Amino acid sequence: MSATTKRTPKSPDRRRFLQDSARAVAGCAVAGTFLAKLATDARALPAQAIRPPGALPEKDFLAACIRCGLCVRDCPYDTLKLAELGVDGAATGTPFFTARDVPCEMCEDIPCVVACPTGALDHDLTDIDDARMGVAVLIDQENCLNALGLRCDVCYRVCPVIDEAITLELSHNERSGSHAIFMPTVHADKCTGCGKCEKSCVLPHESAIKVLPHRIARADSAEHYRLGWEEKDAKGGPVVDGIIDLPDRLPGPGTDNLAAPGGYEGGFEPAFKLPGTGAEVTQ
Amino acid sequence: MSDKTRLPVNAEAIAEKGWLQAHKYLLLRRASQLFFLCLFMLGPWFGIWWVKGNLSGSLTFDVLPLTDPFIALQSLVAGYWPETTALIGAVIVAVAYALIGGRVYCSWVCPINPVTDGAHWLHDKLGLAKGWQPKRNTRYWVLGMVLAASAIMGTVAWELVNPISMLHRGLIFGVGFAWTFVLAVFLFDLFVSRRGWCGHLCPVGAFYGLLGTKSLLRVSATKRAECDDCMDCFAVCPEMHVITPALRGKSDETPLILSPDCTNCGRCIDVCAPNVFEFTHRFDGREAPARPARTKSQPASGASRAA
Repeated sequence: MSATTKRTPKSPDRRRFLQDSARAVAGCAVAGTFLAKLATDARALPAQAIRPPGALPEKDFLAACIRCGLCVRDCPYDTLKLAELGVDGAATGTPFFTARDVPCEMCEDIPCVVACPTGALDHDLTDIDDARMGVAVLIDQENCLNALGLRCDVCYRVCPVIDEAITLELSHNERSGSHAIFMPTVHADKCTGCGKCEKSCVLPHESAIKVLPHRIARADSAEHYRLGWEEKDAKGGPVVDGIIDLPDRLPGPGTDNLAAPGGYEGGFEPAFKLPGTGAEVTQ
Repeated sequence: MSDKTRLPVNAEAIAEKGWLQAHKYLLLRRASQLFFLCLFMLGPWFGIWWVKGNLSGSLTFDVLPLTDPFIALQSLVAGYWPETTALIGAVIVAVAYALIGGRVYCSWVCPINPVTDGAHWLHDKLGLAKGWQPKRNTRYWVLGMVLAASAIMGTVAWELVNPISMLHRGLIFGVGFAWTFVLAVFLFDLFVSRRGWCGHLCPVGAFYGLLGTKSLLRVSATKRAECDDCMDCFAVCPEMHVITPALRGKSDETPLILSPDCTNCGRCIDVCAPNVFEFTHRFDGREAPARPARTKSQPASGASRAA
């Protein structure tokens, strides 16, 4: 049939087309894999690089941010910077700040969010106290002056949400035996992650309190646990009906039922006695 | 080969029209590139914030938002719907380039253009071979790959490597090691592939080319009958395949350069001594008779005149 003779001149074109296409597809696959690898790497935001207020979760942020830098321009305190390739760890061209260098001043009108043309910084954020850029963590409890029993208090004093985001929790100073420790304690539900505490920490070089991303600093609450005291409050009574609520055993004289005044009937004696315990004193 | 093809490119146009006229569009283009760069640099250098941002997205006089439509498109395929401001900006830019020619961006605005033009100039001076020449449609494959990568990875993929924004943003906001991307493009065009980056690979150019497929502003070989085969236009054109259909077309074929690859750089207008080319619009219906058929024994009249 003539079809066989006709196919012969067609064939080189078709072969060339297939070869060219295969070459292009293979080239694009190689380049695309490379690009995908870069895209994966770009998501590895360093812990010290804090996104501006209202920033979407990192993955969404990288789909939304066009790297125009308008947030940087409208930041009145020059807090924000665009990440430079090979210098800053954040994805190239995206905005971030380093709290230890320049923290967020928490402007009430949030100009960076207003400036963002794409909504990578969420325009629904209108109250800066609702910002969750990260959460402060007292990460070095061995060098923090307050933890040592001194009264530095600087991180607590500079906190824009003082007494809510950071409180000073009183506890006994075991070392001196007669003083208190005022432990700076962060409450994540109020902390905006502005980083003023980290900036102001008086320790040289690294700060004892650091703003960390929520993904690093926060665990998920134990939802499989039912907290008895909350359940009891919610129910307004004992969680299990008819259960006998025995007195709790607490340490110290008068409360340890092994050493209860008068002892047990039958002249029960503990098998051993520890020197200096309540048991010895009362008997 | 006529004697004229051995003359340096543009020599005859300079002799005929004067140096300035023979470099008119080149100078205008450099001025335009400098102008757009300076607009963005006024703020960081002199504190005059007429324009804030960079080529990816900007705000002019606090009212006019502009967004790179290619970046907006990547955002969209990545599954993110931007706020109205960015979308309006993208539409404004897209409409503007759809009217004046998509790749006007490449030759009149893009800061990488002077880099690759510089690479080509040096390439010419050194007399290097043209090297690897990928198919013209490779850029569309790259464009497709970038959009696929954006969709699959859920990110604005090309901005991870885009030498245009690396350079432009780098100049305005601090460059880091992003200059390596610019150097890579320069070296690629110089040693690996003549006119390789802008002419064959860049997906931004491919996107803007598609955007301007039906654009109004066009170069036309209106006086193609007077072409004297000096080949200077082919020598200077970064996308020389766009010239042939217009210049060598028959009388009933349009003299307009309609290929979306044409960057409207106007260099062909500069270097043409008989002024064959001119800027016009795509609906220009003027007659443009083809030049008479020639044989080797009957060289074009212009060639003999020059000789």
